[in-house]
Amino acid sequence: MTQEFVKFGKREITTDEPFASGHRGCIGCGEALAVRLAMKALGRDVAIANATGCIEIISSPLPDTSWEVPWIHTLFENTAAVASGIESGYKMLMKKGRIPQKHIDVIAIAGDGATADIGIQALSGALERGHDFVYLCFDNEAYMNTGIQRSSSTPYGASTTTAPAGKVITVGQQTQKKNMPAIAVAHNIPYVATASPSYPFDLMEKVKKAADVKGPAYVHILSVCDTGWRIPTNMSVTIGRMAVQTGMFPLYEVENGKYKLNVDKELKPVEEYLKKQGRYRHLSDDEIQKIQEHVTQEYAKLKQLATS
Amino acid sequence: MAKKVGMEGSLAVSEAVKLANTDVVAAYPITPQTHIVESLAEMVANGDLDAEYIPVESEHSAMSACLGSSAVGARTFTATAGQGLELMHEVLYVASSMRLPIVMAVANRALSSPLSVWGDHSDVMAVRDCGWIQVFAENAQEAHDLVLWAFRVGEDTNVLFPVMVNIDGFNLSHVTEPLLLMEQADVDKYLPVNKYPLPLHPDKPVTMGAFGPPFIYTEAKKAQEVAFQNTKETILKGWDEFEKVFGRRYSPIETYQADDAETLLLTMGSLSETASLAVDNMREQGKKVGLVKIRLWRPFPFEEFRKTVKNANVLVVLDRCLSFGGPGGPVASEVRSALYDQANRPKVVSLIGGLGGRDVTPQNFEYMVDRGLEIAEKGSDSEYEMIGVRK
Repeated sequence: MTQEFVKFGKREITTDEPFASGHRGCIGCGEALAVRLAMKALGRDVAIANATGCIEIISSPLPDTSWEVPWIHTLFENTAAVASGIESGYKMLMKKGRIPQKHIDVIAIAGDGATADIGIQALSGALERGHDFVYLCFDNEAYMNTGIQRSSSTPYGASTTTAPAGKVITVGQQTQKKNMPAIAVAHNIPYVATASPSYPFDLMEKVKKAADVKGPAYVHILSVCDTGWRIPTNMSVTIGRMAVQTGMFPLYEVENGKYKLNVDKELKPVEEYLKKQGRYRHLSDDEIQKIQEHVTQEYAKLKQLATS
Repeated sequence: MAKKVGMEGSLAVSEAVKLANTDVVAAYPITPQTHIVESLAEMVANGDLDAEYIPVESEHSAMSACLGSSAVGARTFTATAGQGLELMHEVLYVASSMRLPIVMAVANRALSSPLSVWGDHSDVMAVRDCGWIQVFAENAQEAHDLVLWAFRVGEDTNVLFPVMVNIDGFNLSHVTEPLLLMEQADVDKYLPVNKYPLPLHPDKPVTMGAFGPPFIYTEAKKAQEVAFQNTKETILKGWDEFEKVFGRRYSPIETYQADDAETLLLTMGSLSETASLAVDNMREQGKKVGLVKIRLWRPFPFEEFRKTVKNANVLVVLDRCLSFGGPGGPVASEVRSALYDQANRPKVVSLIGGLGGRDVTPQNFEYMVDRGLEIAEKGSDSEYEMIGVRK
């Protein structure tokens, strides 16, 4: 039974913190906030496979740990495969009576590089095989842990250290952000959603729903990175909200192939969002216009999916 | 009574995995390992083996899924070969460093390019230092036995390391041989239930795979090294117990006609049987030749090895792997290094052959002995020689 965090948010949210404070995240880290909320929604009967990346690094320097739940990190690109093994192992050990019957949510956690780039094969394999697990992609739109290098999830026009805005190539990232939720949907899995910690109850509801469905679920969470996006440290939540309000990162879910927009108001101009971030400061009005056109077009497509 | 059957080497491996009541198999098909995973999938499909079979999308994911299932305490098996082992490379180090007792059969295969599905030892030599216990089987019976032994040793709480059982691609994986199938009752006597001490479970949460800053990484590696060195005792005990239950004896170093030999051949894997034929021929000719076989490759049995070869004059090592521009084949380099400080030691000659499925005949071994003696006496222009190369 899904708790209705959106309706009864304050009453439903636990004070328990399976993801403990004291980690080494940057001030204002949107990803740490997202992980904290996700863990509140999931509770403690979980086993987590975490890919190499920001969250892994900030939460687990030997001999410390921020994890009060079972947690394993092995490598960068294999998290979905590790989760497959965990799920299969539990299943068989319970079947053979070697551990007590108990529902344990198997959760894979990875950044956008570990998901959209290096780990996409392992993710696709695990989704296709139908393991009962949740894959949470915390998307901060670049390889932030190694110092803001572009990934295939970096949006068009963002300047990163490996796709910088230069004198000849002035735009920064020259390609459009890879549509990972659509790729997840293409695997015909029961649940796919996008979420943002700027909409905490919506995020928690989706993560809980993802854990409750039988079979694979994928939640793509925009995790504002004030270090990499070049914004003040008190702006993560605001910027995250603007990403949704401008249609740069729409909030929607896809249950058994059926799309539903969760926040659907008239879009604000993307310029408001772009102008607040250092990573976009080089953009000309023409480029901003180009981004606006793309966002409008993509949002229309999404709306059509949601109404059909 | 154990049943005597004719069985392919691959199936001998699968039968052992079944008898071990393995919980999870995660595998990806690659020649010449395919018969192992096909037969396991069939056993699962027919209900003969109660296991989860994860048909992963790559070898990298095969070993990664093994990490997950082993970490929750499930008995875990996979098999691979050649390119597949190389694709697993980084994951192998994680398995050993995180002390996950996965068992893997490797149907040893050459490495591309050119593509070759046929046998040699290039694959396993490239992962020599990955921290796994590594053994070589000589025939189907040994493959069958060593897989069971691998579970027992790897999962022992004094060990907790992954174990790799090497069987030569095709020569062993695809050849049908007579063997004694182990009885389930004996297996149950020999192999206890896997009790991983700190599995991932919500009832007692653990953090596995935390990262190691410079102030602690060295100590973590030292701890791993000490633990790995300490596996030797359990390895030997595992073979002692095996003999008690099944009546077959295994040792880290095994020999044939070696006691009074002046010249020793050194092999690993299935070629040992061929080499022993050559030894018989040469003995008939009055040549004092013997054979040394390395069964336990990691941890390397220095003491046993030194003792075995110390009275010989010449040790001719056949490597089935090249170390381009290096000091010789990987095995030859290793044994040279093992003998360097010894007062009594044979001259070590490094020969390389049997690459990419090239047959090595008893005649080839006789040539190796002759050529080895020649090199030992007169020296050579190069550090190693390849044998059987067509001009």
